Amino acid sequence: MLLLSLAYQSLRHRKLTSALTVFSIALSVALLVGVELVRMGARESFSHTISQTDLIVGARGGSLQLLLYAVFRMGSATNNITYESYRQFAEHPAVEWTIPYSLGDSHRGFRVVGTTGDFYTRYRFRRDRRIEFTAGHAPENVFQVAIGSDVAAALGYRLGDAVTLTHGVSSGRGILDHEDRPFKICGILQRTATPVDRSLYVPLEGMEAMHLDWGDGAPPLPGEATPASKIHKEDMKIKQITAFLLRAKSRIDTLRLQREINTNEPEALMAVIPGVALGELWRTIGYAEDALAVVTVFVLVVGLLGMLVSLYTSLNERRREMAILRAIGAGPRNIVFLLVAESGLLALAGTVLGVALVYGLTWLSQPAVEHHFGLFLPVVAPTPTGWAYMSAVVVAGLLIGFVPAVKAYRNALADGLGIRL
Amino acid sequence: MQLDVVRFAYRKGREVLRIPNLTISAGERLFIFGPSGSGKTTLLGLLAGVLRAGSGAVTVLGRDLTAMKPAERDAFRGAHIGYIFQLFNLIPYLDVLDNIVLPCRLSAERRRRLNGASLEAAARRVAEHLGIGALMRENVARLSVGQQQRVAAARSLIGTPEIVIADEPTSSLDHDHREKFIELLFSECREAGSTLIFVSHDRTLMPLFDRCVSLPDINEAA
Repeated sequence: MLLLSLAYQSLRHRKLTSALTVFSIALSVALLVGVELVRMGARESFSHTISQTDLIVGARGGSLQLLLYAVFRMGSATNNITYESYRQFAEHPAVEWTIPYSLGDSHRGFRVVGTTGDFYTRYRFRRDRRIEFTAGHAPENVFQVAIGSDVAAALGYRLGDAVTLTHGVSSGRGILDHEDRPFKICGILQRTATPVDRSLYVPLEGMEAMHLDWGDGAPPLPGEATPASKIHKEDMKIKQITAFLLRAKSRIDTLRLQREINTNEPEALMAVIPGVALGELWRTIGYAEDALAVVTVFVLVVGLLGMLVSLYTSLNERRREMAILRAIGAGPRNIVFLLVAESGLLALAGTVLGVALVYGLTWLSQPAVEHHFGLFLPVVAPTPTGWAYMSAVVVAGLLIGFVPAVKAYRNALADGLGIRL
Repeated sequence: MQLDVVRFAYRKGREVLRIPNLTISAGERLFIFGPSGSGKTTLLGLLAGVLRAGSGAVTVLGRDLTAMKPAERDAFRGAHIGYIFQLFNLIPYLDVLDNIVLPCRLSAERRRRLNGASLEAAARRVAEHLGIGALMRENVARLSVGQQQRVAAARSLIGTPEIVIADEPTSSLDHDHREKFIELLFSECREAGSTLIFVSHDRTLMPLFDRCVSLPDINEAA
């Protein structure tokens, strides 16, 4: 106890160096814990890109591909699924709701999604957040479109603007524009910080109407196309969609439904569980976070080396102090303990300050970060990894303390009560 | 306190001390003098048990220090010996009171010698005798050299150790302070019944002591 209090008072005596050392360790710890927190937040946000959906269903193919085009609006489907197959499962007794997606068209590089009103009422992300509008409302007519916030921001669209959709997915102006059947913007979605922001949403019937009179993937000849004014929502017969999201009535039903969909005949379908597929995807893109973790470990090493340098350089001016302690009955072991205690205290103080720093900053920046990056940083107790980092820092601090301590031990033995400087 | 055929070398083959015999009786005020480099500090290191004799026996209070383990010697020193350096006696980050009570906090045996008095009361008592009673909460860096040496004396005397060793404690003091300091040290040692071993190169102090030993005369290695 005496030696601990001596260590504390000695550190307090060297206020500036101690404070700088503590601060540099605190910054390293803050970085380390902060990265861990961001990592957790990123994983959490990523895995809740889509919520409350039990199954994503599409034509049989790669599960990753299905996830990419259905959730992230990336890549495209190799096959569509028939509307009959969709209805079959939409009306399935174990199914609570479905949201159909019809993909394949685009507008200036943004994907166009044909869907139903269920999308605006049922879709959930980040656990329980739903689609909301900053302006306007969900499409009601065939040629109405709701646009995601990124689309609105990037293209500067307002309510009432007319947009022409492009057949196929291309950036910029497409080769085959549905110029004869423009869509009117009826709603702008609130920012979700998920891929939802990067799409335009039209009714399924609108998607079908665009392609009315098309045969074999080619547009109708001039003059043969039905004029837009004569197309009515009720008359549109939907033939196919690309994918659909499904919510089962109970968790137990999910696996049964998945099996049923995967073995569906005659149409080959595939159902993936979003959480599982997102987990797989996360693992494939998780290298970046490992790289980040490695960098932070190096920063921590630099911080601890700073402490080593400051303790070591203070040793010579403290030889006198050690001799006095020896004279009043302190053994070389006590001297070692004193120095190890000092570095341990520095590391502990640095760790506590660093953790306080990171939690304070997280707490302050939480709303802004969530809004701008769609990253929800949870202010929760440290994870086991977080605790492991923190104790590793303190243990490393104690171990590093042995370097100057052993030097002081040797000094103490050599100096005895005389000081040879 | 007795040294018998004690030899000591910091490095092999370069003996700095070889003393056939030196006996110091309890309560004695012994003055040891010798020029710089004659092995004074080394001798004190042996007596205090910081250094261990290469051969021979160093018997202090009836116990042979050379037979003890290092940790035992440290504990023995903490319990029975007060030590005053020539200069820079104090731990810079402790105030006067904390410096004085340090030996008692380090050694339980030394604490027991306070006979139940609190650390602070004991420190105040000895500090007042030495004329530094008003400085208890002072930062040691603000003290004059004379005051610092008195704090060092107070620290060596607290808990009434059997032996007080002073290594040129007055060489940084001017003449008036020197005499005053030695008088105070004497009276305190007398009251506590402590043996005082006082080392200096300043022979003008010799008449004040019971006995004087010239280190070059008894050190065969010199």
